Amino acid sequence: MLEFLSLFVLIIDATLRVSTPLILAALAGLFAERSGVFDIALEGKMLGGAFAAGAVAAATGSAWLGLGAAVLASVALAMVHAYACVTHQGNQIISGMAMNILIAGLAPTLGLAWFSLGGQTPALGDGARFRPITLPFADALADVPILGEIYSEIISGHNIFVYITLAAVPITAWFLYRSRFGLRLRAVGENPEAVDTAGINVYWMRYQALIVTGILCGVAGAYLSTGQNAAFIRNMTAGQGFIALAALIFGKWRPVPTMLACFMFAFADAVQARLQGVDLPIVGVIPVQFVDALPFVLTVVVLAGFIGKSVAPKSGGIPYVKER
Amino acid sequence: MNAAREVPAVPVPPALELRGIEKWFGNVHANTDVSCKIERGTIHGIIGENGAGKSTLMSIVYGYYQADAGEILINGEPADIRGPEVAIAHGIGMVHQHFMLVNTFTVLENVILGVEDDFVLTRSLEKARTELNRLEREYSLEVDPDALIEDLPVGLQQRVEILKALYRGAEILILDEPTSVLTPQEVDQLFRILRALRDQGNTIILITHKLREIMALTDHVTIMRQGAVVGHVETAETSREQLAEMMVGRSVLLRVEKKKAEPGAAVLEVENLHVRDGLNVRRVNGVSFQVREGEILGIAGVAGNGQSELLEALAGIRAVESGRILLRGEDLTRPGAVRTPKSMRQLGLAHVPEERLKMGLVESFLASESGILGHHHEEKYTGRILTRGRAILDDVARQMKAFDVRPPDPSLLTSKFSGGNQQKIVLVREIDPNPDILLVGQPTRGVDIGAIEFIHRRLIEMRDEGKAILLVSVELDEILSLSDRILVMFNGEIVGELPQASATETQLGLMMAGERLPAEAAK
Repeated sequence: MLEFLSLFVLIIDATLRVSTPLILAALAGLFAERSGVFDIALEGKMLGGAFAAGAVAAATGSAWLGLGAAVLASVALAMVHAYACVTHQGNQIISGMAMNILIAGLAPTLGLAWFSLGGQTPALGDGARFRPITLPFADALADVPILGEIYSEIISGHNIFVYITLAAVPITAWFLYRSRFGLRLRAVGENPEAVDTAGINVYWMRYQALIVTGILCGVAGAYLSTGQNAAFIRNMTAGQGFIALAALIFGKWRPVPTMLACFMFAFADAVQARLQGVDLPIVGVIPVQFVDALPFVLTVVVLAGFIGKSVAPKSGGIPYVKER
Repeated sequence: MNAAREVPAVPVPPALELRGIEKWFGNVHANTDVSCKIERGTIHGIIGENGAGKSTLMSIVYGYYQADAGEILINGEPADIRGPEVAIAHGIGMVHQHFMLVNTFTVLENVILGVEDDFVLTRSLEKARTELNRLEREYSLEVDPDALIEDLPVGLQQRVEILKALYRGAEILILDEPTSVLTPQEVDQLFRILRALRDQGNTIILITHKLREIMALTDHVTIMRQGAVVGHVETAETSREQLAEMMVGRSVLLRVEKKKAEPGAAVLEVENLHVRDGLNVRRVNGVSFQVREGEILGIAGVAGNGQSELLEALAGIRAVESGRILLRGEDLTRPGAVRTPKSMRQLGLAHVPEERLKMGLVESFLASESGILGHHHEEKYTGRILTRGRAILDDVARQMKAFDVRPPDPSLLTSKFSGGNQQKIVLVREIDPNPDILLVGQPTRGVDIGAIEFIHRRLIEMRDEGKAILLVSVELDEILSLSDRILVMFNGEIVGELPQASATETQLGLMMAGERLPAEAAK
């Protein structure tokens, strides 16, 4: 039984770590899509951010400078998307796809040119990484059964990104539903003409939304290369930007349900990683193939059964053209 | 001596004055040297046909577009209206034809959008709630501030638009075709509200193409034609006929002259018909009627009460849930019967759909292609493999001439024609094969007066030739002037039938709002 508890603790712990970039990216997507701009380049921006963070942290030895570089790089990419799709009314899917392809190739190429490590960035020492933070009394309480274990293993011992991310969800919800920015953001994704006639600049609103998207994607990228790992590795996002988009749809473009959807994906992933070769009580060892399929089975079940009608912001994907 | 007496009375400057406004959209001269003065505390009508430049002009006043030349003066002061926010700051509010509301927001959220006081919304929402309460009491503009827009009927949505403008401190309120989506009772309420606003010293600008509204509501009228002002008149000193003549540029017949109908045998019989829409909602609920030779049967009703689904079911586009449709006694709903648009056409039933751009023609097609849609398989147009290009061009050109389509050139893109001419292309396509019965939905929606007159005359001619016509329209004027009998649909049901002679607008309006016909009136 205790063994089962510690397995559970390990899985939840892993869920938190895996869900962090997903939640950040999904919130990034939330800002973009709520403003009426589809952004399938969450993936590309995360990867670009991860590379910038890895490279700058390696060169300067500072994790914080790495984070700053990641945010700058990702915001710059978001502004390219905004320039193409908001200012020039380009196709948002094509722009996003182009960015994904561009970064997938550009980051390793620059990495190869600068560090000659086969497209990676150099492994980071402890000073150039975000280390786990041990919360007060975590060590002292570690021996208390169950509660102490939960506190020291699950709640304590993550790097700062995990805590920032968990705070970002209620903050996003507050901005979205209680602030002027959120009201205008939601309006511009539903009916930009109404926003325009209310005397608000539709284009500037969308630019602002995409700046937030860029910041969040940059943070997610920095987490990957300087928090969860200790270097930028080729294609290290591995589709998480797209999973975040799926979570956004599951969560119906709302912050808290989107976070829960990210937890679900991350949980499936953590279970999948932990269950491989583990001898479970009663069931025994589950064949690897079944374990591997778990996240996907979960996705299909949830998609088919539980989410109900998910209505996207009405003007999503449609460039706003003022004069006819 | 009282010093004040010696000061000459300063004339009150007009609330809004336009001087020499010019606007081009590409090659289209939308506004040509438009000047007009709108006095404070009046209701000023701007009337003109579709495409006369009224909406463009008001969009310029509201800062939505910028004029290429000309001046706008508000209360005598020149104003540079670069955007809606500037117009709002000058006390100009606008109620657009298509409401500028966010459907997923509450009334309050829509009202404060763009004029929030703080970054945190709590206080703005409270302030708006208090202010709405006051406005509601003052002008009887009741609406639940916490209702979602998508749950409100259009009449109330329009109130929210008016409240929005007033909340922004509007003293000049522009309404663009405000009655096109309202029932006659809702129109009456709107007019009451507008008069109350005027009596409080506000200035109202009403853009419309409906003469009745101008006569009923306004103090002054500016008439526009082809982007230019053709005249200013006092409403009290003009007549519908004069206004219509100024709008069109020649005299028009407002009421269609027609002789008494001589109905013959029933052509189309509908018995207890039930139809569901694409979302599986029942939209037609037990409808029965007949259409006879030599008569026009009008179906009145506010849009969305099942008329569209009824038309589509009769035309063979939509499946029938239950009930019978008989064409010349033949049951088309019996098991195994083929009921497609093509088969219906071959049986002599033609259909002019309500929305020409969605169902009637293809804008990116040539007129010659749009002009044979649904008939394209006929031998005169199509050989064994290829279409007969020359024959199509000639035949469509002939049809276009017959219906005075301008320009009568079948090799132009359909989108290059005005609404009225597009409508004529659809009409002549359906009428030319000489059907026994014509189903026609909103025949003059978005069509200018000249074309309306033409279309109405053709429909009457068809009737006089002994054809049966089923007319569905949301325009009461049209229903009243064309129909021989009138059915009113509400919520998928027919709430009553009136002969044209005894139908009044009030009676029809009440029925359109769902009131059953009182028993004595039916006799």
